[in-house]
Amino acid sequence: MFGLEKKDWNLLLFVAALVALAPFILNPFPENSAMAQFNAGYPDLMQRFVIFGIFAIGFNILFGLTGYLSFGHAAFLGVGSYAAIWMMKLLTMNVIPAIILSVIVAGIFSVLVGYVTLRRSGIYFSILTLAFAQMSYSLAYSVLTPITGGETGLQPKVSDPRILDGAIADGTIPKANLFGLEMGASFDLSIAGWVFTFNAGYYIAAIVMLASFYLAIRIFRSPFGLMMRAVKSNQQRMNYTGLNTKPYTLAAFVISGMYAGLAGGLMVAMDTQAGPERMFWTASGEVVLMTILGGAGTLIGPVLGAGVIKYMENILSKINSDILHGWFAFMPDGMEDFTVAILYPFIGKGWHLTLGILFMLVVIFLPGGLVEGGQRIRALFGRGKAEDKPSTEPAE
Amino acid sequence: MGILEVKDVGKRFGGLQALGDVNLSVKENSVHAIIGPNGAGKSTLLNCFVGKLIPDTGSVTFDGQSVLGRTPYEINQMGISRVFQTPEIFGDLSVMENMMIPIFAKRDGAFRLQAIPHMMEEKDIVEAAEKQLVDMNMADKRNMHAAAMSRGDKRRLEIGMCLAQEPRLLLLDEPTAGMARADTNNTIDLLKQIKDERDITIAIIEHDMHVVFSLAERITVLAQGTPLVEDTPDNIKGHPKVREAYLGEAA
Repeated sequence: MFGLEKKDWNLLLFVAALVALAPFILNPFPENSAMAQFNAGYPDLMQRFVIFGIFAIGFNILFGLTGYLSFGHAAFLGVGSYAAIWMMKLLTMNVIPAIILSVIVAGIFSVLVGYVTLRRSGIYFSILTLAFAQMSYSLAYSVLTPITGGETGLQPKVSDPRILDGAIADGTIPKANLFGLEMGASFDLSIAGWVFTFNAGYYIAAIVMLASFYLAIRIFRSPFGLMMRAVKSNQQRMNYTGLNTKPYTLAAFVISGMYAGLAGGLMVAMDTQAGPERMFWTASGEVVLMTILGGAGTLIGPVLGAGVIKYMENILSKINSDILHGWFAFMPDGMEDFTVAILYPFIGKGWHLTLGILFMLVVIFLPGGLVEGGQRIRALFGRGKAEDKPSTEPAE
Repeated sequence: MGILEVKDVGKRFGGLQALGDVNLSVKENSVHAIIGPNGAGKSTLLNCFVGKLIPDTGSVTFDGQSVLGRTPYEINQMGISRVFQTPEIFGDLSVMENMMIPIFAKRDGAFRLQAIPHMMEEKDIVEAAEKQLVDMNMADKRNMHAAAMSRGDKRRLEIGMCLAQEPRLLLLDEPTAGMARADTNNTIDLLKQIKDERDITIAIIEHDMHVVFSLAERITVLAQGTPLVEDTPDNIKGHPKVREAYLGEAA
C-alpha cells in the first residue's frame, strides 16, 4: 500500500498509532499522584519529541545509510529556524510559508556546506562539518546580529510588518497559527484523576513527522537508498562499477539538511523564537547520540533515540534532592541520606551522567541500538516461531 | 589495432622507474595475460588502465579513446570492468543487491537520483540480476549477506557483477591469488566458460602459471617495468629470456 511492503506499512501504522495516542501513552499516572512527575504528556515536550524525531530521521538518512558522520547538523536546524522566524515577521504568522521557507533555505545552505565538506571522508568530514557549524554559530551569535538578533535571538514583535496578516488588537502578541488555528490551542480531557492534553501544535507537528517518516521509508527502499548503502559498504567498488559517489553523498547530505531545516521551522512554529544556541556543537552532538542510541541505519531507531533523550532531558532533570528524600523516606535516616547522596549526581543537572552511562551500555552491549534490544527481546519470545522458518535475509 | 593500445608508457615513483617504455596491444575478443616476477610493474600497469594512476609518459587508449585523466567510474562507463586481487564486493548488502548495483550503473549511468520508487519494482533490473545470478550458479545464495560467503564465492560474485555490465574489456588482477586449488580450478573453468560464451576481451595479470597457460592466447612477460617478450603460450614456455627473468641468470 502506498508503495510500501507489508512490513514497512505495519511499522508506519505502529508509529502513527504511537504519535496519535501519545497524550495517553505519555501520561500513565494520575495528575496528583507521586508518579505524576514522570508524565511526559504535556504539549511542549510532546512537540519536542516529534520535532527531534524528524531531525534524527533526517540525520539517519545521511549517517545511517552512507556512513558519513556529520557533526554539524544543528547548523541546518538553526538556519531553518531563522528562515521561519523571518517569514513570520515579514509575511504572516501562518506556519505554512515559514516551514516551507525553512526547508528551502536549509537545503540551499546544505548544498554549499556539503559541496565543500564532502571532498573528504571519515574523521576529516566530521571535523569539517563541525567547523562549519561552529562558524555558523559564531556568525549568528555576533557578526550577523542585524539578521539573527545576536545573543538574544529573534521573536515576532507587534511592530513587525506581516504584510499578509491584518492588524492585531492592541496589547496582544502575534501568535503562530495554521489558518487561524493557534499552535498553542489545547483541549484538556479529564477522566477520573487523569488529565490528557490534546494540543493543536503537537498534532500538526506529528502529521509532518509521519510524512517525513513515510518519505524516509521510501528513500531507504529506493534505488537511491541502495546506492547510499553501497557507498557505506565499499566506495572503491562503487567507483569501479561506473558510479560517481560524490553526487550520491551530496544528495543524501542535502536531504538530511532539509529534514533538519524542517525540524528547525517546526520548532519556530511551536515556540516562536530562534536563537544561536540552537546551532551550538552540543546540539549537533545530541542528534548523533539520538541516532546511535536508537539504532543507526534502522528506520525507527532515530525516533526512539530522540524520544529517550528528550524524555531524560526533561523528566530526569526535574528530579531534585527533596523528591529523592521523599522516595527513600522509608529507609533508616543514615541509609536514606547515603542512598540519596549516591543517586543525586545522576539526576537534576546531572542527567547527562545518566545519559552517558546509558549510551555506553547501549554501544557496548547493543551495538545496533535500542532497535537491536527490541529484536533480541522479540527473538526470546518468538524463538519457537523463528525456528520453524529459518531466514537468511540480511537485517535491514 | 587492438581494443586496448598501450604506447611508450612510463611511470616513476621517486627514484624507482616502475614502468618504462611499455608497448602493448590487446586484440579484441582475445585473452591476453601479463605475467612477470614480483615487482615487475604488473599492478602499476593495470592501475594505469583504470584511472587509478596516470603514467608520466605515453598513452593508453581504449577503442581509440584515451583513458588517461579519466576517473575510474568514467573508464568503467566506457566499457572496462575490473576484478580486484582481493574480491571487492558490497559486504554489507545481500548477494542480490550486489548484483543489482552494476545493472543500475549500466542502465542509469554514473548518477541518477531515484529516491521514491521501490528498488524491487524496477522489473528490468531485478530480472537481469536474477538471470545473472542463475548464470553464475549463485541463485540459491541470493539472500545471503555477501560478506558471509567463502572467498571463492565472493570472487564468483565479483566476476558476475563485472559481467552483468556487459563490459567489452574485463581486467583481472591475480584472480586466483590466495585461493585453494579447488577454488582456483573453479575460477579457471568459469573464465573459460565466459571466454567461450561471450564476445569479450580479457586481460589478466597473474602469478600462477597454471592459470595463465590454461587461459591465455597471448602472453606478455614484464620484467623490471619493461616487456621482455610477447608471444603465444607455447612459445613463452621455453623462452630463455623468460626463464632468466623468473629464475635468475644462473639458471
